[in-house]
Amino acid sequence: MPELVHIGVMKKLINSPQDVVLEELEGMEAAHGDRLRINYDPVFIARKDAPIKGKVGLVSGGGSGHEPMHGGYVGKGMLDAACPGQVFTSPTPDQMFEASKAVNGGAGIVHIVKNYTGDVMNFDLAKEMLQTEGIAVESVLTDDDVAVENSLYTAGRRGVGLTVLMEKLLGAAAEQRISLAEIKKLGDLIRSSGRSMGMALTSCTVPHAGKPSFELPEDEIELGIGIHGEPGRHRVKMATADEITEQLMEPILTDLPFKRGDAVLMFVNGMGGTPLIELYIVYRKAAAIAKAHGLKVVRNLVGSYITSLEMAGTSITLLHMNDCLCELWDAPVNTPALRWGI
Amino acid sequence: MELFSPKDARSWIDEAARLIAENAGTLTELDTAIGDGDHGANMTRGLNAVEKKLATTEVSDVSALFKLVGMTLLSTVGGAAGPLYGGFFLAMARATSGKQTLNQRELLQSLREGLADIQRRGKAQSGDKTMVDCLAPALKAWEAIPDSDLAPATIYVAQAAAEAARATIPMLALKGRASYLGERSIGHQDPGATSCALLLQALASVCNSNRAGG
Repeated sequence: MPELVHIGVMKKLINSPQDVVLEELEGMEAAHGDRLRINYDPVFIARKDAPIKGKVGLVSGGGSGHEPMHGGYVGKGMLDAACPGQVFTSPTPDQMFEASKAVNGGAGIVHIVKNYTGDVMNFDLAKEMLQTEGIAVESVLTDDDVAVENSLYTAGRRGVGLTVLMEKLLGAAAEQRISLAEIKKLGDLIRSSGRSMGMALTSCTVPHAGKPSFELPEDEIELGIGIHGEPGRHRVKMATADEITEQLMEPILTDLPFKRGDAVLMFVNGMGGTPLIELYIVYRKAAAIAKAHGLKVVRNLVGSYITSLEMAGTSITLLHMNDCLCELWDAPVNTPALRWGI
Repeated sequence: MELFSPKDARSWIDEAARLIAENAGTLTELDTAIGDGDHGANMTRGLNAVEKKLATTEVSDVSALFKLVGMTLLSTVGGAAGPLYGGFFLAMARATSGKQTLNQRELLQSLREGLADIQRRGKAQSGDKTMVDCLAPALKAWEAIPDSDLAPATIYVAQAAAEAARATIPMLALKGRASYLGERSIGHQDPGATSCALLLQALASVCNSNRAGG
């Protein structure tokens, strides 16, 4: 059993690399079975009260290893279903197809898709399959990562932190019985209004790979990291939290751009291995930079909400806000990982 | 001309599953360098599922076999490789629809259709450092020897495929997850091109062993 050797080296709380996703789902069922339904073949997590008649069904999905995204966001006010793939691997079209059918309340389905080659292709296939069955489907993409500099010559910008905000905001909109077309429009607006940038202090280890996804020397950090342990674009010397925060904020602020007087939501996210105490130190500086830039931070989120296994590091997301988006943000949400207003 | 029978097609898939499993570590290592380190595990999982299905299904024509392989890969591999390899075999199934056995030209044509599906789905061009950079030159090599017997032709094609996979090392990735690395993708062999080369190596092995007179 080569796996046993790997476990010894990896020091992870797992039983066997190939059972990681299945056993996680069994744990989620044990913990949240009162409001979540876990389907095992094909694998998806759905609201227990789905389908909800007349409500647009929100379905997302992606590789596992980003917990609590996406399964932790299934519930009232957020997703109707989530399809987990293997660790860092897109789920398959049959999962998305069955999940979408299971939560279709007759008002159509919206797929929230992070812009990665695999995710996009698999969701496209699922969409084709659903349309064949006469189910109306729209896709909303997230591609908020400013670290991907030249999107013309790559697979395009990656979907990262904005995905969490997208799921919350569209979830609230769907709860208000807003139409499929309106939700698609809102999703596209959010997509174009938010930007993110991340960094890693350490690498992470995919269970079945058994060793770190990349080697990072003790005194170096990776700027522009994605959420799959894929190396970023620049490797720089370790610096203070304030200096690192500046390096994350600068490309975000100039990208859209965010201008003096703009209202924003600021999301400081942990990559999985960074404690909240450090995230607040990052937030402190990011808020100061925003203030100096003339931005009004009207809402915020601080914590590890879209992670990369045990990677240490952080990402910052800024999203342009208005009264409507603030109202959607404040709307009740009741999921394993986000819960307020209930 | 020799014929490619359902039995040959089945042996091809068996051999591909064996070769991919044997090289899963290498594929994962290549993918760790410029991707996310899951290509070996994903392909092995998919082909194991195919093998399991084939063990309990009687397939009497090549088209049905390719369809079964494609559908199974589509629902078990995940990532980008799932739709790309799944679509590849489904396109081969469409190209060979109704055919129980294939002659050499038909086999080559179905592989070409498979490649076209990968290009359509992945929007990749030659030189983007993807599966296309193995398949396109390998099939081009085959087109240059249209009248050669299956046995020598597939060996020639497998060699061309292996060379083409190695030729992805100096390429700058423009598609897929490796493209996020920019210049840092240079100097590494593309994992997708590598698994494609293994697929064609498996075809050569099968066409050169235990063939009871086509």
